Amino acid sequence: MTDNAYRPDALIAENVEEYLNTHLEKTMLRFITCGSVDDGKSTLIGRLLYDSKMIFEDQLAALEDESKAGGTQGQDIDFALLVDGLAAEREQGITIDVAYRFFATEKRKFIVADTPGHEQYTRNMVTGASDSQLAVILIDARKGILTQTRRHSYLVNLLGIKNIVLAVNKMDLVDYDQATYDQIVSDYRVFADSIGIAEFTAMPISGFKGDNIASVSENTPWYNGITLMNHLETVDVGEDVRQSGPLRFPVQWVNRPNLDFRGFSGQIASGVVKPGDEIRVLPSGKTSTIKSIVTMDGDLEQASAGASVTLTFNDEIDCSRGDVICAAADPAEAADSFEATLVWMDEHEMLPGRSYVMKIGTQSVNATVQHPKYRVDVNSIEQLAAKTLQLNDIGVCSLTTDKRVVFESYNDIARGGHELGGFILIDKMTNATVAAGMLNFALRRSDNVHWQATEVDRTAHANLKNQKPMVLWFTGLSGSGKSTIANEVEKKLHLMNRHTFLLDGDNVRHGLNKDLGFTEADRVENIRRIGEVSKLMVEAGLIVLTAFISPFRGERRMVREMLPEAEFVEIYIETPLEVAEKRDVKGLYKKARAGELKNFTGIDSPYEAPTNPEIRLDTTTQTPEEAAQKVIAWLFDSSNQS
Amino acid sequence: MKKHTHLKQLEYESIQILREAAAESENPVMLYSVGKDSAVMLHLAKKAFFPSPPPFPLLHVDTTWKFQEMYKLREKAAKDAGMELLVHKNQEAVDKGINPFDHGSLHTDMWKTEGLKQALDKHGFDLAFGGARRDEEKSRAKERIFSFRSKNHGWDPKNQRPELWSLYNTRKNKGESIRVFPLSNWTELDIWQYIYMENIEIVPLYLSEMRPTVERDGMIVMVDDDRFPLEPGEVPVQRSIRFRTLGCYPLTGAVESTAKTLPEVIQEMLLTTTSERQGRAIDKDASATMEKKKQEGYF
Repeated sequence: MTDNAYRPDALIAENVEEYLNTHLEKTMLRFITCGSVDDGKSTLIGRLLYDSKMIFEDQLAALEDESKAGGTQGQDIDFALLVDGLAAEREQGITIDVAYRFFATEKRKFIVADTPGHEQYTRNMVTGASDSQLAVILIDARKGILTQTRRHSYLVNLLGIKNIVLAVNKMDLVDYDQATYDQIVSDYRVFADSIGIAEFTAMPISGFKGDNIASVSENTPWYNGITLMNHLETVDVGEDVRQSGPLRFPVQWVNRPNLDFRGFSGQIASGVVKPGDEIRVLPSGKTSTIKSIVTMDGDLEQASAGASVTLTFNDEIDCSRGDVICAAADPAEAADSFEATLVWMDEHEMLPGRSYVMKIGTQSVNATVQHPKYRVDVNSIEQLAAKTLQLNDIGVCSLTTDKRVVFESYNDIARGGHELGGFILIDKMTNATVAAGMLNFALRRSDNVHWQATEVDRTAHANLKNQKPMVLWFTGLSGSGKSTIANEVEKKLHLMNRHTFLLDGDNVRHGLNKDLGFTEADRVENIRRIGEVSKLMVEAGLIVLTAFISPFRGERRMVREMLPEAEFVEIYIETPLEVAEKRDVKGLYKKARAGELKNFTGIDSPYEAPTNPEIRLDTTTQTPEEAAQKVIAWLFDSSNQS
Repeated sequence: MKKHTHLKQLEYESIQILREAAAESENPVMLYSVGKDSAVMLHLAKKAFFPSPPPFPLLHVDTTWKFQEMYKLREKAAKDAGMELLVHKNQEAVDKGINPFDHGSLHTDMWKTEGLKQALDKHGFDLAFGGARRDEEKSRAKERIFSFRSKNHGWDPKNQRPELWSLYNTRKNKGESIRVFPLSNWTELDIWQYIYMENIEIVPLYLSEMRPTVERDGMIVMVDDDRFPLEPGEVPVQRSIRFRTLGCYPLTGAVESTAKTLPEVIQEMLLTTTSERQGRAIDKDASATMEKKKQEGYF
């Protein structure tokens, strides 16, 4: 058994207060271990816990029993048993992205993100790596660099981890052979260079035997480096880098206990702040100076990256949750169009054009993603063409937001890149976190297209036409009667001197959207474009009627959100599938049933009925004329039109 | 510039979590059990919102079987923090006289699990802070910081959300709720060191003193009031004891000790260690118990 120096029993016993005081100066390191069970990952983590004496006596006794009964290491202690237990949970279908383990030495507290190395590796590893400052990449000395080594390294680098340890494990099984070790390190260096990893620290270890873990091994006299534990204790975690940049302070909460105090609470993402510093609040751009840094332990002279504090200003300027307080001379940018790297984490594939909630720092906005420029095969690190992203896919996409987002490039850690460049996407219907993303840069396009402040505005257009512009959005199955009823409604409005326009499959699919097919992704894009065109027409003062199946709630909601309130009227043609299929005016159901048409709504593609439409029309009891009359009545009776 | 110590980093992280949760929920509450973890959590909440008082009430799900000293500190701690204290007792358990001596695991089910659900429903809380830590048990190592509960307070382990960076997805449907664990990344040692560093008031039972005790199933139990059923002729023995965790007094095992100060307690903990929850009778069933309790809505 390896001796170790991580339990200063003497000091604890002799003078516990002095011991406690030295421990109050400890720092912290979060790291991730990458590798599969076969690489000895669990054994290594178990060994670190054991060598730092984080194993309690009762646990150790249980462990010795378990090792003898079911361990894989004969009479020796099977350290893997300390941290396993994930396997059983996986069988029960419990999702485990990451299990966190804790241990501490005299110098540091460690939080280990342990990710199961099975199929969900990308999602899990990205989650575990997102707030790690160091990664231990485990290699089985007998096997050398494998596909998974490349995959792990790529992901670790993608998430911006600067400290990489190449732990060549199981050295005991290759007789501590230096040539084997050297070959692996030199192979890895070639690969690391190719994906942009500039530096890494290699060490020969055995998690099972304890070589070079807590004490320098006599079995590797040719190795001049330090032990893994020593490295973990002393490696620079980059705090200086985060402190060196300009101030970035995302506001979490406005602190207003009474009329005399107005503070802004948050955690400093980068830089240092002092009273008197000039600041600029983004996105508004308003400036002031710092009056005080407030904490329960008294006002501070200064505070640096990582600290959770409350700031007050010398001037009363607007500032609320989601705003970012920046160094006035070197503020962040705000933009609404980006290139981003996305990691897809949901069972449902990405739908280009669908509106997702984007959470970045303390800001929440609506975001739509375009078709990927490419996706990356994490095994070969090749860029491949892609129309969408599936679970565990990584791709580079353009992304646009409905509001300007205050951001930094993810990789610019000194400027709060992780806090203001890392984001998640949330599905509005399921509320699931569907993707993690990293902003690479803003696309200049949107900066150059300044919104033309037109003098003849939407109100002027509407006034001239003497009507209230709006979209009458007809939705329902194919053959439900959308076009027929929409046409009747338009005729009636026309007779009433209303300025209208009807958008339907005929005038849209053949022109504007002729490049789109009927996959789920194309259907989403189809509706997005129709929504944008409708929006322009409404701004021109028109009453727009649209007749599209528009099967997904998400897209109908997206269009609703594009328009001012009360200007989107959802009209659900509630015709049952049997009735619509029986009518089969265009013979499409027959083709779909025969398998000649794919992705046909109601047959092999879902229709999500509106839960709360403004108007419901039942075509089994009403004629198209009666249905149209009902729409007209709704518009005028309830003074939705004057 | 000086580096942040590990306790400061843990403090900053917990404060960030407390603020996010409060900012993104409509009706939050803090579950307060009066134990040392609750004491630290409450202290962090005071720091997070200073100079405002924490913008939520404290909720104690009472079983009527806690130690008398816990009830004393409960009132004082809420008052000192300037927070409203809500106490909930499951009326059905009151009526049926449910107690730890006669009813075994039903005691925990009705007072704690059911009591908690009732209290949350009664007040319509959509977010509840809890003091659980990931190091307490193997099965908690993988717990999210923001944990989602269905309308019936069920925990669906297959439907939890990945947590990246310090971004928390707090969106939920009507009726659903979130449990938030700001102390997830703290260990028992961190908790003690922080209490020491910050001089946080804790229940005196954590420090050794001569107390009246009896032995039950190999466990030393304190006779805290006259409801304790003694064997015929049995007389409580005065022992120098302290507690590592506090719950219902008849279910909480004491350790024999002479550690009368916080540093001495930490010293003992470091020198002679058994893992923390060993003293709690509730955990002595099969190891899957915790998982099951969680699915039923107990923390």
